[in-house]
Amino acid sequence: MSEISVTPIARPGQSGFIKANLRQYGMLLSLFAIMLFFEVATNGTLLRPLNLTNLVLQNSYIAVMALGMLLVIVTGHIDLSVGSVAGFIGALAAVMMVQYQVPFVLAAVACLLAGGLIGAAQGYWVAYFKIPSFIVTLAGMLVFRGLMLAVLSGQSVGPFPVSFQRLSSGFLPDLSEVGGFRWSSMLLGVLLALALVAVNHRNRARREKHGVETEPFGFFAAKNALMLAAVCGLTYKLISYRGLPNVLVIMAVLIALYAFVTTRTTVGRQIYAVGGNEKAAKLSGIGTERLTFLTFVNMGVLAALAGLIFAARLNTATPKAGVGFELDTIAACFIGGASAYGGVGQVTGAIIGAFIMGVMNNGMSILGIGIDYQQVIKGLVLLGAVCADVYNQKR
Amino acid sequence: MADILDMRDITKRFGPVTALRDVTLTVRAGEIHALVGENGAGKSTLMKVLSGVYPAGSYEGSITYDGQVRHFRSINDTEALGIIIIHQELALIPLLSIAENIFLANPPGRFGVINRDAVHARTVALLAKVGLRESPGTPVTDIGVGKQQLVEIAKALSKQVRLLILDEPTASLNERDSAALLDLLVEFRAGGISSILISHKLNEVTRVADRITVLRDGRTVETVDCRIQAVEEDLIIRRMVDRDLDSRFPDHAPQIGEEVFRVEDWSVDHPHHPGRQVVRGVGFHVRRGEIVGIAGLMGAGRTEFAMSVFGRSYGRDIRGRAFMDGKPVDLSTVPQAIAAGLAYVTEDRKHLGLILGEDIRKNVTLANLGGVSRSTVIDDMRELAVADDYRGRMRIRCSSVYQESGNLSGGNQQKVVLSKWLFSGPEVLILDEPTRGIDVGAKYEIYQIINTLADRGKGVIVISSEMPELLGLCDRICVMNEGAFVGEFSRAEASQEKIMRSIMRKGEQP
Repeated sequence: MSEISVTPIARPGQSGFIKANLRQYGMLLSLFAIMLFFEVATNGTLLRPLNLTNLVLQNSYIAVMALGMLLVIVTGHIDLSVGSVAGFIGALAAVMMVQYQVPFVLAAVACLLAGGLIGAAQGYWVAYFKIPSFIVTLAGMLVFRGLMLAVLSGQSVGPFPVSFQRLSSGFLPDLSEVGGFRWSSMLLGVLLALALVAVNHRNRARREKHGVETEPFGFFAAKNALMLAAVCGLTYKLISYRGLPNVLVIMAVLIALYAFVTTRTTVGRQIYAVGGNEKAAKLSGIGTERLTFLTFVNMGVLAALAGLIFAARLNTATPKAGVGFELDTIAACFIGGASAYGGVGQVTGAIIGAFIMGVMNNGMSILGIGIDYQQVIKGLVLLGAVCADVYNQKR
Repeated sequence: MADILDMRDITKRFGPVTALRDVTLTVRAGEIHALVGENGAGKSTLMKVLSGVYPAGSYEGSITYDGQVRHFRSINDTEALGIIIIHQELALIPLLSIAENIFLANPPGRFGVINRDAVHARTVALLAKVGLRESPGTPVTDIGVGKQQLVEIAKALSKQVRLLILDEPTASLNERDSAALLDLLVEFRAGGISSILISHKLNEVTRVADRITVLRDGRTVETVDCRIQAVEEDLIIRRMVDRDLDSRFPDHAPQIGEEVFRVEDWSVDHPHHPGRQVVRGVGFHVRRGEIVGIAGLMGAGRTEFAMSVFGRSYGRDIRGRAFMDGKPVDLSTVPQAIAAGLAYVTEDRKHLGLILGEDIRKNVTLANLGGVSRSTVIDDMRELAVADDYRGRMRIRCSSVYQESGNLSGGNQQKVVLSKWLFSGPEVLILDEPTRGIDVGAKYEIYQIINTLADRGKGVIVISSEMPELLGLCDRICVMNEGAFVGEFSRAEASQEKIMRSIMRKGEQP
């Protein structure tokens, strides 16, 4: 039974296709709705170039960590230590670069490696000793918070060398700035948008060629036109302030990479299988322990990267750095549709979740809502998003 | 002698499946009544009806207990009247003490404050009655299974038991503990307590039972009175299994070739109890084109044997040699076992076989993702084609291969699991209870698939608790009991009686 017939038969109906992707479109629509609301409520302050740039910079480290956290949550675990780890790595970077004058690149590589080692140290207990990740990473949260304070001796260390600051506060240099308009950055944005449309179109063509029913063409066209407009519009807004932030580029590359790995590769598929049913996955020949271990290593590296970005943004390593990051990151994943039971969740969802949180933070601050009620509202949004998800599942 | 219990015309349905049909059971005051039958004959279901697990109204028929017609709504109702059931899986809490376990539900005391002196004194008295010499404060986990069984009985006594139901009480006990337990039942009988004893060990049954009721396929076959006539075990066995093998099995002419897989001296220890052998140095082989059945009761070690072979997925201290086409192979991990050409279709498809939240397509390719990917990137169109191909050939009934496997019926889920393992390209398939919980039509289709596999030169091993299935399907049947093979029959010589006898006979030996 190994020959494969070339012409497969029955296909999901259109309703099935839209239903299957409803959750994701719903997420995206919520983000748009929230943005629209605050854009109106703040009289257009939200989407001003300066504010938009800030929005990207403020949320970049949460988005980066959400990529790793999503994988951890999909395997059915949790990582509470990422805030402390990010803070600790920031402190490490500060000590290396400021006190010992280690070159920026060398220090950054060492920090990412340290993050990987921290992830490995925690993942080892979770994956091979079956100690609940909640406990292991709760311990890690305390340990690395403490180590960070020890490394910094309780004081802020800074400022960083300019080359390192550029990681967060730098912008893509523009090759052809004419009359104050950054043509090459704009071109980059437009090309990116067109590339996305091209990829979508190719996938659609492939599906059609194999006789797979796809979304209706009108829907497809509208979706892509909207996306094209959104990407070009955002690029235009951003470049009219100071250009495309370096962090945005890093983030975009990472999002693309993780989206590809989770949806298109065997490793990604296996990670979902482990979270969906670990025993069945194991009996199907999947190295469940090793995969779990690797998701924690990956989380450590991304937490380290987030720590670097945050330190570079503040231009100093403070003992307060990273406090509460883990909760924002976890919230982003759950708002983005990940399941606390594992096996379910998407990279794009987690990123959208991170920006829903980010836009709400930003918008409410502009409106002058105090930090007290901001937390209340964020908490309710998290609960509401997950409840809506559970309700949709049950239907 | 008066009847303490009279169950009349009990019929119990689960959806379209009829588990019990017009079953009648009467138990007299002060007798030990044995209930025997094959796995799935309906013994446990009947006891659940009696004990109120299935409340009145969910079954048809009447229960008269102690001279009155009763409508039990829950276990609490039956326990209040002294009907106590002790399940095969003991319901004790391991880390609590003996005394705490015995008085778990209603400890003596006032206003929710437990009177510890009373608990202690009453526990001591109860332990003396059942002949257990342990301190009431000992945690249950620290005493052996035999003693735990006695704690359960003490617990029953604490509830003023009048009708004690024991489900396979001696299954996990050694010879001496079993004898002690049975003696206890005889003692209780003298004290006026009736017992219903469910057991597969006919020597025990004939030793202590006053009457024996045989169930088969959810019906009462016969109630034998042991005090009137001496009962032969063979008679009971014949009553238990007697039924026709009709055309529920597709015709099949086997073409048996060379030996494809063999294990020698295979031993496995229990994963949590080092030194306790679950599989005892067995040898086994299968030829190409051959369908070999493994018969045995639950707990005989069949699944444990199969899973230990398949990448050491069960047990510890696994010893033995394995050969594929005559060459030694290392089966230490699941990937190695798959690479060697083995596939294991689990008996527990919901927990061990499928990822219920994922669609059919992803489940089918899970064990062979390499087969649908190029340098670790999955070719989704190829994957779709593969899944769809199996959907067609295995006749998986679904709206599309994007349907979540958790929404499929049992038979279709089983076909998805089978598809997964066929796509992994095995030479030898181990099918553990391949038709459990599947309707008759789907069963037939699965039998056809199994025959086709054999015709393609695969070695097929079928573990099943349904004896007709083994007889109708297999070219050779091996009988397993207590971790060892105790009999082997060719298709021509095999019969339900012979298989049952070789299982039961083994149980008699110390």
